[in-house]
Amino acid sequence: MRNHFELFGLTPAFALDAVALERAYRDIQSRVHPDRFANSGDAERRASLQWTTRVNEAYRTLKNPVQRAKHVLELQGVDVAFETNTAMPPDFLMQQMELREALEAATQDKNPDSLGRIRNDLVAEKRALEAQLGKAIDESKDYSGAAGLVRKLMFLDKLDAEIDLAYEAAE
Amino acid sequence: MALLQISEPGMSSPPHEQRLAVGIDLGTTNSLVATVRGGMAAVLSDALGRPLLPSIVRYLPDGRAEVGYPAQARQSEDPKNTIVSVKRFMGRGVKDVAHLESAPYDFVDAPGMLQIRTAAGVKSPVEVSAEILRVLRERAELSLQGSLSGAVITVPAYFDDAQRQATKDAGRLAGLNVLRLLNEPTAAAIAYGLDNAAEGIYAIYDLGGGTFDLSILKLSRGVFEVVATSGDSMLGGDDFDQRVFCWIVEQAKLAPLAPKDARLLLTRAREAKEYLTYHGEAPITARLSCGEFVDLALDSETFCRITQTLVSKTLGPVRKALRDGGLSVADIKGVVMVGGATRMPQVQRAVGEFFRRDPLNNLDPDKVVALGAAMQADVLAGNKSQGEDWLLLDVIPLSLGIETMGGLAEKIIPRNSTIPAARAQEFTTFKDGQSAMSFHVVQGERELVSDCRSLARFELRGIPPMAAGAARILVTFQVDADGLLAVSAKEHSSGIEASVAVKPSYGLADADIERMLRDSFQHAREDVHARALAEHRVEGQRLVEATRSALQADGALLEGKERSVIDDALAELEKLLAATDHRAIKRATDALNRATESFAARRMDAGIRRALAGRQIGSL
Repeated sequence: MRNHFELFGLTPAFALDAVALERAYRDIQSRVHPDRFANSGDAERRASLQWTTRVNEAYRTLKNPVQRAKHVLELQGVDVAFETNTAMPPDFLMQQMELREALEAATQDKNPDSLGRIRNDLVAEKRALEAQLGKAIDESKDYSGAAGLVRKLMFLDKLDAEIDLAYEAAE
Repeated sequence: MALLQISEPGMSSPPHEQRLAVGIDLGTTNSLVATVRGGMAAVLSDALGRPLLPSIVRYLPDGRAEVGYPAQARQSEDPKNTIVSVKRFMGRGVKDVAHLESAPYDFVDAPGMLQIRTAAGVKSPVEVSAEILRVLRERAELSLQGSLSGAVITVPAYFDDAQRQATKDAGRLAGLNVLRLLNEPTAAAIAYGLDNAAEGIYAIYDLGGGTFDLSILKLSRGVFEVVATSGDSMLGGDDFDQRVFCWIVEQAKLAPLAPKDARLLLTRAREAKEYLTYHGEAPITARLSCGEFVDLALDSETFCRITQTLVSKTLGPVRKALRDGGLSVADIKGVVMVGGATRMPQVQRAVGEFFRRDPLNNLDPDKVVALGAAMQADVLAGNKSQGEDWLLLDVIPLSLGIETMGGLAEKIIPRNSTIPAARAQEFTTFKDGQSAMSFHVVQGERELVSDCRSLARFELRGIPPMAAGAARILVTFQVDADGLLAVSAKEHSSGIEASVAVKPSYGLADADIERMLRDSFQHAREDVHARALAEHRVEGQRLVEATRSALQADGALLEGKERSVIDDALAELEKLLAATDHRAIKRATDALNRATESFAARRMDAGIRRALAGRQIGSL
């Protein structure tokens, strides 16, 4: 089963029934988790480890909007190609540069409040892109457009990770 | 939530006998053992009714070891041979440990993990910890009147792979079947959650003798899910003692101290700290070996001032865990306080101010971890029927990665990933005709490898000659339910493989464990063969039972011929279990394991299909 949705009995789509996903995840985990097999033989313990690992990976992928979109696109035969396709619209890049400058300033001042503001802006930007992504994948089936949106979101995730580092430096 | 589950008549548990399983809190300062009896978790006390075992081991010239109170009583007299707070040294090298110079031991800088020269020879922290675990095992076996089928041992959530492996090795060395390494705050959450039928998002603030953990869990019916964990494995109550100790030395203007005097004053410092929990001022008096008399009084205001940086140091990990979980203080429904050091009023105050709510202190902070571990051991031993038990989803505390060009660490499995977890990454050669590639496995959050903890190095050899960049080497990281890592590497085109259980560079090889076991038997008057026979019988018996119930439940998945292969292997093992050849039992156990391989996989698939089918019907 290469399809993470199938594992949880869900139909591949960007829109997610989070409650159904969580329920399916827990149902399956309660059957395959190593805690159920602490007294079993090596063979069952190994099978349990493999299954739990796979279920965790699938769950993690589907819960994260960017990873979920990437997975849906892969199932459609579309490669997001984040590493190779670095072309971004100029206005997006301008906006990124501004965010980065703000982050640099906040890092130098070790100011958690301005870091918090930058993060809030970033989260709002992500939510807006995710809404567009949902429309592109589930409604208009514009997969190459969706791949572009995923690349933007991956860009923002990198910035998010840098904000985390800045917080740690500020403490 | 069923902590005090009492079976209704006619709804009794399955007919098999309850297995004896314990939870062990192997603490920096004190250790405990607990078990579940009649549905209730309880700490097992020693013959004198004392629940705590001081984690102190004193080695004697004749090779014996004193553990607990007797060792504690002699610590000032014999500081070099009396090991306290050994947990701080688990999986650690000489350069990893803070204040090493103030410890009175004769350290030996061994590769990976330091060792200590004692009157009974050179001892590794694993051996010292095993002495403590052995005493707890004996206490449990005496009190439960039978041999243990398994134990859950707790570790700080923030322990890295080296520290976890060392703990598991100590368990093996003490003759325990380690069912699981369980994170201390998670154990506390189990005890608290079941006891209070708690639902929602809770933070567990666990400040022990030598370690600090902060875990955030989502509790709901039958599920304990760790959302994020953070901490500092080098921060605990000991550090507060150290601050008071320094204050005494400064106030009394003492010259450099003899090891005996240092140990005496550290003890006085700890007593003063504990006294200040209930009083405004603590007297500190001591007569030193040079005849000098120390007579001071420490008030709580001064104590707060000299330890203020320690208290605020715990809040960094708290903020980090909240960020990692994408949560704010307002999302947290309660903060459970764990560990003796949380008794200090300044800690209670700081936590209360940060979370803007009173911390929860309704469970004994010294016992809650052992009680939770006992409850989990009861589940793992199979003593609870389905529906009475719960699902525990824990995470790894620190990212696992690999060194890439330029000394940078590339993260393969990020921190706070739910375990078990696996992730693979592809690497390639950078020189034409390169025939070998070496890998350096690291753990930590920093970008530079030199700032991370080195876990293991291994090499993949025999790569066929190819142009640079043509080889495709897949490196797979697998973390099991104990949080322990195994790494394998495989070159695609040739199928050349190399794998490493991330152990040898710092931990003990199996041969070391065997040697230590033999050494310990010489002193414990136990027979190696009797022990091996007992262990293999327990394992074989367990497999027989598991196979029988598997055949009963899912025998239909097998064809006639497959079934008879399993039946034969089962019959062979049962026959040998009655005899006394432990090697033959081991062989037959392995054979039955092999024979059930594909049956096990099919059973697991069937379980998942049933989970899906059940839901589809339910949601119609």
